[in-house]
Amino acid sequence: MNRYPLWKYAILVVALIVGLIYTLPNFFGEAPAVQVSSAKATLKIDAAFVPRVEQALVAAGVKADFVQFDGNSVKARFDTTDNQIKGKDAIVKALNPDASDPSYIVALNLLSRSPQWLSSMHALPMYLGLDLRGGVHFLMQVDMKAALTKKAEALTGDIRTLLRDKNLRHAGITRDGNNVDIRFRDRDTQAAARNLLTEQLPDLAWTEAPDGSDFKLSGVLKPEAARAVQETAVKQNITTLHNRVNELGVAEPVIQQQGLDRVVVQLPGVQDTAKAKDIIGRTATLEVRMVEDSAEAAAAAVGSGPVPFGTERYVERGGSGLILKRQVILTGENLVDAQAGFDSQTQEPTVNLTLDAKGARIFRDVTRENVGKRMAILLFEKGKGEVVTAPVIRSEIGGGRVQISGRMTTMEANDTALLLRSGSLAAPMEIIEERTIGPSLGAENIAKGFNSVMYGFAAIGVFMCLYYLLFGVFSTLALAFNVLLLIAVLSMLQATLTLPGIAAIALALGMAIDANVLINERVREELRNGASPQVAINTGYERAWATILDSNVTTLIAGVALLAFGSGPVRGFAIVHCLGILTSMFSAVMFSRGLVNLWYGRQKKLKGVSIGQVWKPAAEPGTEPATKA
Amino acid sequence: MEFFRIRRDIPFMRHALVLNVVSALTFLAAVFFIATRGLHLSIEFTGGTVIEVEYPQAAQLEKVRGTVDTLNFGEVQVQNFGTSRDVLIRLPVRGDVKQAEVVTRVFEALCKAEGAATSSVQMTTDKGEAISKVVCGKDGAEPVRLQRSEFVGPSVGSELARDGAYALIATVVGIMLYLAIRFEWKFSVAGIVANLHDVVIIVGFFAFFQWEFSLAVLAAVLAVLGYSVNESVVIFDRVREAFRKYRKLNSREVIDHAITSTISRTIITHGSTLMMVVSMYIFGGATLHYFALALMIGILFGIYSSVFVAAAIAMWLGVKREDLVRQGPKETDPDDPNAGAVV
Repeated sequence: MNRYPLWKYAILVVALIVGLIYTLPNFFGEAPAVQVSSAKATLKIDAAFVPRVEQALVAAGVKADFVQFDGNSVKARFDTTDNQIKGKDAIVKALNPDASDPSYIVALNLLSRSPQWLSSMHALPMYLGLDLRGGVHFLMQVDMKAALTKKAEALTGDIRTLLRDKNLRHAGITRDGNNVDIRFRDRDTQAAARNLLTEQLPDLAWTEAPDGSDFKLSGVLKPEAARAVQETAVKQNITTLHNRVNELGVAEPVIQQQGLDRVVVQLPGVQDTAKAKDIIGRTATLEVRMVEDSAEAAAAAVGSGPVPFGTERYVERGGSGLILKRQVILTGENLVDAQAGFDSQTQEPTVNLTLDAKGARIFRDVTRENVGKRMAILLFEKGKGEVVTAPVIRSEIGGGRVQISGRMTTMEANDTALLLRSGSLAAPMEIIEERTIGPSLGAENIAKGFNSVMYGFAAIGVFMCLYYLLFGVFSTLALAFNVLLLIAVLSMLQATLTLPGIAAIALALGMAIDANVLINERVREELRNGASPQVAINTGYERAWATILDSNVTTLIAGVALLAFGSGPVRGFAIVHCLGILTSMFSAVMFSRGLVNLWYGRQKKLKGVSIGQVWKPAAEPGTEPATKA
Repeated sequence: MEFFRIRRDIPFMRHALVLNVVSALTFLAAVFFIATRGLHLSIEFTGGTVIEVEYPQAAQLEKVRGTVDTLNFGEVQVQNFGTSRDVLIRLPVRGDVKQAEVVTRVFEALCKAEGAATSSVQMTTDKGEAISKVVCGKDGAEPVRLQRSEFVGPSVGSELARDGAYALIATVVGIMLYLAIRFEWKFSVAGIVANLHDVVIIVGFFAFFQWEFSLAVLAAVLAVLGYSVNESVVIFDRVREAFRKYRKLNSREVIDHAITSTISRTIITHGSTLMMVVSMYIFGGATLHYFALALMIGILFGIYSSVFVAAAIAMWLGVKREDLVRQGPKETDPDDPNAGAVV
């Protein structure tokens, strides 16, 4: 009765092997590596880039373990940090001949030391959370209201262009919150405009209303369009963040959406929050507007007069005031790229902008009508606008290629380009949660977590072996198998291991032993009631199963509740907790039974089992001999 | 080795009344402390900033407090964390202060107080990872080091508190439903009262000693809730079994028998789990300190409450053979020789 069919043993062996393979990568540790990623949004790195890095290393005589393409960067692994530094220097020299304008970011990182055959089976080590690695964590809230306002603003501009193209005369377009109001002098124009706008701008729902002697047309952003705007805003911000984080050269940055309107950014290895925030938290949005050049505006700019109607006063980077029209010509959305460069004739430093098709068309129209006037490029950070640059329009600019030059150093040109590039956030973001963990603290946390699990496991193991003898050994082996399975499953899921996660592993083990205690106590009880050893083992396991299931269900309910409502570290705890309960059911019952069957199952005339002393109430305490195998 | 050699059923329920009065008093005391002292909630719930710095020698807390006070960030808490060299600084959320800059400004002030200046440094760890960090340096030494910092916005904090409450409610409702389906409503009520009694007492400990109640502690409390309930489940299981087996015993004797026959397993499993938790308490460091503490209190009270509170409440609620007899399909067996011989 205590024999497993072959297929059950086969399942156990397969589980053991799979567990071993997927747990293995976690023990290799990390090796020094060099990561090459693109420094420019226009420059994409692909698999074809690998040979270039390899050649650079061969030319310098540095031996790399391997060079591989990985998502959006190329990584080379080295055996020692000396080789890593040499490798980095060689790569930098080969790829970035101009040190002042690097095309590639070459950063020192770590890479798993596990052999390639493991990686090729997707057996990868668990990803260590920031509390174990050190680094910074930001949670950012996307300002959805601003995204909607910005969309309405852009639509207002589109309406203006559309009406002018079709020669429909209006008596004024105003934006009121997220609504757009257009006034017309006569009903026919209003009807024609409505037809045109409904056809061209499906995002707005239009209603007509008389407004005094005028005819008003009000457009409201449709709910589905508003939702789409919000979704794209978060997506675009994530993309922009990716580009910005690339500039930091971080090994494995995490940039994820959380909930509807939040973005999580985790940067391992970065402790300098100020710098990281400088690049990430730069909640900048970009706008292009015309400079008002009337006499009143000039007076208002120096602060000696009121700001004229329809204009706003902004501060230029130098500190002087500038009066700008309210109307937005272009936003960061239309800007594809901004790079620093040099004018081919004057050799002056320049900033070169590339606009998308829509932007290019608008820009051509505006520049044609405003030659000799100034336009301003504004950067908004947390609702405050600053004029980055306000160049004079020399001629009509077509084709979407804009060159800004004059009174700039190379450094300033670089800065401006960077600012403009990072200005293409769809909506401003604010940091609502921030965490930094020092690298030494991370290493300490790993040691602490590991020690907790190890000593706790050892204590339980020793106790079980002493108290239940051979059955205790089986229970301890089952518990070890549980750890193996749990780590293997976590590695397979590529879960992020955190300190609460390690605590959950420890707790899962402490709770998992419950199943084996239940089984062993039941077997003892059966023996006490006079059952033969083989029968006692069988009924002991069978009767304990119902109780094990019960106790695990209640624990699982709490785990699932934590998983559903928890966030951040608690979620990590809950995932490991729930997985631990599931693996423990398998290991404590099936694996330990497998061991018992293997050991005792074949013995037909089993006289006793080694499960410690079984005391029977009939006899005097202590005089009853232990039933031993 | 065998710890438990029990000849006859231990009359646990004889002392049930006294112990329940003690329980009720402890419970009321816990509620009293929670109400009057309140919980020392971590910044995860309240929002605010935490900064952990390390000094090369034992830190002078008064000096640190004085330095941070000069920045006028509101009520500042300064305390040791783990060792005498580590200092934890807690700052509340203030509407007029830019939260994102608090950490930098506090660290700069602390650095200046040591006569040094902060600078951003690019360095490579001995493993070969390039990291950038803010270093407070003077003549090559680091008089103070920034170990960890955490800022939580007030909106995030209130959300976490709300989600925590939801998680607690979901767990309680889930477990009650499960017990009600698995057994009977009296057991369900008894089990959940017993375990909420544990939860309130754990939280009461945190209120009385003003230990920091963090998200991890909340997770521990919920884990204990799920874990302790299974203790009650095991006892109830035996109660049902005993009701079927021993027709002559009354409810009180049945409960005594059920507890006696499971007490060995109860103590050994809880002891094993406790060993793991104690190991976490000793080796886990300051981060896991309160987490392990909450688990320890929870496990110890879990044994007590499932034996004396859950079973006793089921008894007071008047759990009878009929309650369970009608449920099981076996009990309606027409061939049962004892059919009809119900007390």
